[in-house]
Amino acid sequence: MARKLMRGNDALAEAAILAGCKAFFGYPITPQNEIPAYMADQLPLRGGVYLQAESEVSAINMVYGAAGAGARVMTSSSSPGISLKQEGISYIAAAELPCVIVNVMRCGPGLGGIHPSQGDYFQAVKGGGHGDYKLIVLAPGSVQEMADLTILAFDLADKWRNPVMILADGILGQMMEPVVFEEDLKINQVEKPWATTGAIGRKPNIINTLDIVPESLEQKNIALLTKYDEIRKQEVRWQEIHTEDADLILVAYGTSARVARSAMEEARKKGLKVGLFRPISLYPFPEGEISRLASSKTEFLTIEMSSGQMVEDVRLAVNGKCPVHFTNRLGGMVPTVEDILEKIEEIYEGSDH
Amino acid sequence: MSEIIVAGFGGQGVLLLGQLIAYGGMLEDKEVTWFPAYGPEQRGGTCNCSVVVSKEEIGSPVVSKPTSVIAMNTPSIERFENDIVPHGLLVYNSSLSEIKSDRSDLRIIAVPANEIADKLGSSRVANMVLLGAFIEATGIVESTSIEASLKIVISERNHHLIPLNMQALKEGRAYQ
Repeated sequence: MARKLMRGNDALAEAAILAGCKAFFGYPITPQNEIPAYMADQLPLRGGVYLQAESEVSAINMVYGAAGAGARVMTSSSSPGISLKQEGISYIAAAELPCVIVNVMRCGPGLGGIHPSQGDYFQAVKGGGHGDYKLIVLAPGSVQEMADLTILAFDLADKWRNPVMILADGILGQMMEPVVFEEDLKINQVEKPWATTGAIGRKPNIINTLDIVPESLEQKNIALLTKYDEIRKQEVRWQEIHTEDADLILVAYGTSARVARSAMEEARKKGLKVGLFRPISLYPFPEGEISRLASSKTEFLTIEMSSGQMVEDVRLAVNGKCPVHFTNRLGGMVPTVEDILEKIEEIYEGSDH
Repeated sequence: MSEIIVAGFGGQGVLLLGQLIAYGGMLEDKEVTWFPAYGPEQRGGTCNCSVVVSKEEIGSPVVSKPTSVIAMNTPSIERFENDIVPHGLLVYNSSLSEIKSDRSDLRIIAVPANEIADKLGSSRVANMVLLGAFIEATGIVESTSIEASLKIVISERNHHLIPLNMQALKEGRAYQ
């Protein structure tokens, strides 16, 4: 199949359409603008609806409506815009509606800057909005994965009746790389008997998140937690390189993982046994897999474009079995291979390996 | 692995030049990335992109230590010449810029790109002249791959301009 050179944002948008996305609602913000632009251009020609909302709050509530009506629906934004959507995301999670939300992260806090960052990890994987809920969170590491994980996201959203977030960053959104789209992609259309499609010949379906009876709401909360437990059993995704013999394992996702991989290769050339563990699903986090790799013979180095967020989940997974180090760049800066190599060498100098 | 920065004023075809290298590499079955320096850009402001061409999987698409720089104006030379790896390549547009580099280790190719482009009838193909000098010096992609890339990148209604672009590419190759 022919490779196409595409921008990450464009590849993601094309993948969404191929996956049967029939509705897109958004509001402009850098560095994700190519997604709504692509959707505005293509979706109406290919049987879908594109609408630029008057705000992010409005966009996410349009997603709520379209998801409730059973459509495959997506919205995309970048960090500050995703913050604005949080109330709606909490409602969609509570109503157990499938949708795909894309965050092409930029640096913060506040309005911050427009350059790449991974500062929204906590917001994405720990809830983000109010109340007890989880998103399924997928972290692409290439333009190919921007496409592939978007297709997967629609399937997972329908399978679990849960919002799925694609957590990318400004580099993955803006860069061009070859991408291959599967010809004759099969769309896993599932029945949605719960959808509000006009109650002709059946009882009305009601989508509502208000439940003021504690005994009843508690049962709903428990049902959600049971679903999340099942997701944690079934939907963990990750990639490991050279972890078999590694005495230092780098842990990174997205753009950081690309740089970490190069740093690992450079370290291997110097005879250092460095491996890479790349979480692809950030929720569910591959905690069991990291725990399996942690032993008295290993150490970990987490690399992030944040002040240290995923590293907390790595430490929880390692649970004190070995040291977990951390290095980062902030403010829209991207770590270089040299930055990471320097930290790797510093760790080797200080350890018994 | 070739790590390239292409830089110049907005409007000089800097991003397109970079994309053509990436497309050309992809058509030759190499791994490629292209990444634009995006930010609060303005018309006439400076503009650059990073291109990586490799036989292996590519890590960071952001180039901090380029093996080659293609500079279309003076500010681009000033900004990037000291980042080039030892014995790297600097191809620059001598029509619009002069070089005061104290990097004696670099291979430096001066190309009067705008003069050549004007002679061909359009200053807009100055980027192609520089690309010609660059592919000749590095052998990174074949000119046939650039021609194939042009057919993809340029919209069909402008395909009549491809011969002009290819002529500019050819003229550029003479400068080494």
